[in-house]
Amino acid sequence: MKMEHVDGRDAGKVVLFALSTCGWCGKTKGLLKELGIAFDFVYVDLLPPEEMDNAIATIEKYNPAGSFPTLLIDDKNVIIGFREEEIRGAFGK
Amino acid sequence: MTTADISDDDVEKQFQVLDSEARSGGYHLNPDLEFTKKLVHGLLVNESRYGYPACPCRLSRSIKAEDLDIICPCNYRDPDLDQYGACYCALYVSDAILSKKKSLIPVPDRRPPRSERNSRKTIHTISSGSLSYPVWRCRVCGYLCAREEAPLVCPVCKAKKERFERFM
Repeated sequence: MKMEHVDGRDAGKVVLFALSTCGWCGKTKGLLKELGIAFDFVYVDLLPPEEMDNAIATIEKYNPAGSFPTLLIDDKNVIIGFREEEIRGAFGK
Repeated sequence: MTTADISDDDVEKQFQVLDSEARSGGYHLNPDLEFTKKLVHGLLVNESRYGYPACPCRLSRSIKAEDLDIICPCNYRDPDLDQYGACYCALYVSDAILSKKKSLIPVPDRRPPRSERNSRKTIHTISSGSLSYPVWRCRVCGYLCAREEAPLVCPVCKAKKERFERFM
């Protein structure tokens, strides 16, 4: 699955599954940029069908509801939705 | 219209339509205009992609029959407004949020996960033997009407005929 990379401070493996049309996904991406950490993101709604299926299967492993935004940290910690305090807390700010 | 063709003017026009429909039904759009207009843009994108305005914060698979519950206004808006003061994407907010008595909090998705969606239950229909007309219920706002067929558009929430179910 092709991810877009945003440069920044290394805070582990940070992956954001988002939708290009979603306001809360936009706010989450904005917050990660504000925190200045490096992360990868993918707009799942823009993926071709097969890749979309793979992305959904990955998201559902960590977030059974399959909802957006899903933020995955180091392949184990997951933050579902734009939970600003939790996201700031996860990156020590 | 392709995604790239959606102009600020299109967004503004659709915002005005949604705002006036919301007011007439006693609903409110989110007063954060910048955020709200991004969602309206998302709805127009989805309408051009899928042929219907699926929720901008949920993933559509472009199969209308499977997405009827998330066509905006979605079937989950009213219970979310009651419980959280906003719908899932926060296009719509409650009186309390509008008057700043409450602040917005993230709304968990009330839509059942994919694995449970196929077994979506239909409502219990009460026997209508003694009624002169069937009764139709709007799945979005609960409006009921007794007539041969459901109305083309819900007079309260503007949901289309396909969102109605037989109630009695």
